[in-house]
Amino acid sequence: MSEDEFAAYQGLSMQTEDHRWAFGTGFTDPLEGIDTSVPDGVDPGVLAAYCMMLGDDALIYSHRLQQWMTRMPELEEETALANIALDLLGQARMLLTRAGQAEGEGRDEDRLAFFRAEHEFRNVRLAEHTDADFAELTGRLLIFSAWRLALFGRLAGSADPVLAAIAAKGARELAYHRDYAAQWVIRLGDGTPLSHGRMQAALDAIWPLVDELFQADPVTAALPGVAADPAGLRAEVDAVLDTVLATATLDRPQAAPLARVAGKAGRDGMHTEAFGYLLAELQSVARAHPDATW
Amino acid sequence: MVNLAAAREVAAAVPDPELPMVTVADLGILRDVSAEGDWVVVTITPTYSGCPALREIARDLRHRLAASGFDEVDVRTALAPAWSSDWITAEGRRKLSAAGIAPPHAAPARSRSPLRLPGGLPAEPPVGASRSPALAAARRLRRRPRRSARPRARRCSAARAAVSPSNT
Repeated sequence: MSEDEFAAYQGLSMQTEDHRWAFGTGFTDPLEGIDTSVPDGVDPGVLAAYCMMLGDDALIYSHRLQQWMTRMPELEEETALANIALDLLGQARMLLTRAGQAEGEGRDEDRLAFFRAEHEFRNVRLAEHTDADFAELTGRLLIFSAWRLALFGRLAGSADPVLAAIAAKGARELAYHRDYAAQWVIRLGDGTPLSHGRMQAALDAIWPLVDELFQADPVTAALPGVAADPAGLRAEVDAVLDTVLATATLDRPQAAPLARVAGKAGRDGMHTEAFGYLLAELQSVARAHPDATW
Repeated sequence: MVNLAAAREVAAAVPDPELPMVTVADLGILRDVSAEGDWVVVTITPTYSGCPALREIARDLRHRLAASGFDEVDVRTALAPAWSSDWITAEGRRKLSAAGIAPPHAAPARSRSPLRLPGGLPAEPPVGASRSPALAAARRLRRRPRRSARPRARRCSAARAAVSPSNT
């Protein structure tokens, strides 16, 4: 290796007054160098709320995937799932940063991720579900990725250029996530009687959380041309799910949607019992040392 | 007047922090080097959404350009058009190969991200695709356990920027 090629490694040992010596630290602005001004005619507060919804979906889902690290059946799947979790975390960082900037109250991605209370998170309840086993992991990932891909496909034409760019980039990643999950659902569904039974049971357990993905909400309704109507995604997502389920010889579950609480669900800040424990794990270190840098 | 050719040469030589055997130009991360008055404007793009290396690359760019006499440098990030592994140059692929990392194949043309299932399986809902449990049960009676193609996992993070099929 030439000296130039060693430069990156040598840089690790350089002393700087900024004590973030380890490569990859200094995550203060994932949108640095990008023009993030809010387009005319778009209410910045509403845009912030929308970006927060999409960012929360990715942040919370990524956290669930991260909990699978060291628990995957094979090393190959560890690296695959880590990549998927990292893609979603990157999307979350960009979306939450955009939300914080548009909101204009001085909240950055870290403040939004680590210091909001449970009722302030706006992710769908599907994102916070704990996967009971590998079948639920892949079944839930299939549904979430197919839905988010359909959503991002629409958002690539958003009137907000930053949202459009994030969506165009994220769509390529989500296509991989969806295909990865689909291949496992097929392999398990069209497998042995045991794997088929567990895959079907997994879908049955997750299905009550699916309807919420297509429900309208006031934030989306207030951003025509910028946001994508959730109801309009159902046909495309159903086509994907029908294909995969048919190939996997699985039945589409008939379960009723999970009830709202006083008319509220994930988009309103009303989450399931599992969410409190997830937040405790996600936020406890930051809350214990709120001013720490590393 | 800014010596753009010299600035371009310096910028193109910045190594990728995770794969130091290739440069940001080899990987297609470096998009543009131009001048605005006395300022050198460098535009870079992240490979994947969670890429943590961009800040390091920006810092390395400013450091090396300053060392070559360019004090006024503006590093900008472009998210669009989205990076694709097709942007890795032939030289970049050769270097990756020499380092034992298989370069990715050509990215398929995906206009609407159609479902990609293991070889031979239909990627569209079967005609009359029914949600009827009875029909599904009938199919299962004919079913034999099938050896589906193994889902391909991507490489680990050290090489993901170069070889991840998600960047297709």
